[in-house]
Amino acid sequence: MAEGAVPRFWREIPQRYNLIGNQCTECGKVFFPPRESCPDCRRKSIGKMDNCKLSGEGKIITYTIIYEAPEKFEGQAPYPVAIIRLKEGPKITAQIVDCELDDIKIGMKVKSTFRKIQDDGYVGAIYYGYKFKPVEVKT
Amino acid sequence: MRDVAVIGVGITKFGELWDKSFRQLIAEAGAQAIIDSGISGSEIDALYVGSMSAGRFVGQEHVGALVADYSGFSLMHIPSIRVESACASGGIAFRQGYFSVASGMNDIVVIGGIEKMTDVVGSEATNILAMGLDQEWEAFFGVTFPGIYAMIATKHMHDFGTTREQLAQVAVKNHANGALNPYAQFKRETKIENVINAPMVAYPLGMLDCSPVSDGAAALILCAAEKAKKYTDKSVKIIGSGQASDTLALHGRNDICTFESTTYAARMAYKQANVEPKDIDVAEVHDCFTIAEILAIEDLGFVKKGDGGKAIDNKITTLDGQIPVNPSGGLKAKGHPVGATGVAQIAEIVLQLRGEADQRQVKDAKIGLTHNVGAGGASCVINILEAR
Repeated sequence: MAEGAVPRFWREIPQRYNLIGNQCTECGKVFFPPRESCPDCRRKSIGKMDNCKLSGEGKIITYTIIYEAPEKFEGQAPYPVAIIRLKEGPKITAQIVDCELDDIKIGMKVKSTFRKIQDDGYVGAIYYGYKFKPVEVKT
Repeated sequence: MRDVAVIGVGITKFGELWDKSFRQLIAEAGAQAIIDSGISGSEIDALYVGSMSAGRFVGQEHVGALVADYSGFSLMHIPSIRVESACASGGIAFRQGYFSVASGMNDIVVIGGIEKMTDVVGSEATNILAMGLDQEWEAFFGVTFPGIYAMIATKHMHDFGTTREQLAQVAVKNHANGALNPYAQFKRETKIENVINAPMVAYPLGMLDCSPVSDGAAALILCAAEKAKKYTDKSVKIIGSGQASDTLALHGRNDICTFESTTYAARMAYKQANVEPKDIDVAEVHDCFTIAEILAIEDLGFVKKGDGGKAIDNKITTLDGQIPVNPSGGLKAKGHPVGATGVAQIAEIVLQLRGEADQRQVKDAKIGLTHNVGAGGASCVINILEAR
């Protein structure tokens, strides 16, 4: 991730803070992050992609636990990262938090939560965005 | 379109080559290939060079011109083209050069592949490799390049019962092959317990499941097949080539355990070559991580989807197996200077088809395949070659 590029982060705020995706009004398929066109409908979808807010609810498709982390994430290691399938269809890559490493399983239900992701050091910008945490299971 | 042959190969040693610079390495490989082929430098029509990230690894862009210059061609003003597709840069540079000769525009071209990765510290090399992933929607959230393949491994183990031991056996096999390869970074065998007990990088992958950070270069001379005889008796014909792309992010794919870039490129290459997976005598596949070789042998059609782990147990991919995979030691043991890898894979297959691979020679190898993947499978190039 290039440092100091504030506009680069700023323009993604709707997606990263509020999970704003979009939907092809031709076929109804939902995308996250938003796309300029739908890969199924292509030219028919141009100009017909409507923004939509995603629920943030989904299930873990697969995961890893990062031990050798990039410099900016070193303080967090080891930390889990998963691919999550959201209720509305799209899959998303994010960290899993508020969960013991041993408890993470494929198929686990999770929901999004707003967290700090990384920063540009002592004087730079702080970048926020989504992570996911387990949905409490009622016993 | 006319037939094209590989008439010369050059390869440097792979490894942490602190005493050699980017430009020295590629010039060394190129000179070897030119001498091997018997051509004169004045007959070269163009250069194609694969390099993933010279800009970040050595702070140098404009790689095409640099390579032409330091290979001694500055007075000849030969056109030189740099090709980038992450770790598939080399294989795709080869394909572009192949097209240029097949089309009739060029008669003789040099293909180079180069990466000089140890001029930056280890953590920076990790960051640069991750640039082949989706920066905004994967890497931003803390996933690493090994992390992407680790997520594929977790899913493969869950869906198909692939075991930790089977993953480790890929590394053991490729180290055994690498021990026989004079160019390899790791010319030594390893044991399954070393792989399993190595420090964790990204669960379930440990350090010995990962290919190393390497310096190295490779080069090939391509020539119109009808003119190849003039230079050499040991030319190797290109009979098929395929390339495909997929979503940049792993999460964009329908099936996490299949690289459709591989399946589509393979279909294209097999069709052109008019061969089937069972006709391949030897293959160099993109084992940047142990799980990647398991995925590759499935996606290339050597075994059924899900059977990659069992195939390792059944030893069908060893040097004397049914379909020897990575006789060079693969990316795992030979080393993985990313831009050089695709070209080095073809160099290995050419040596195998010429019968010049010494101790790692696959018996009676007539048709060989190379499989070169960009980062997490968003691009793939496959080339099939035949002994003449």
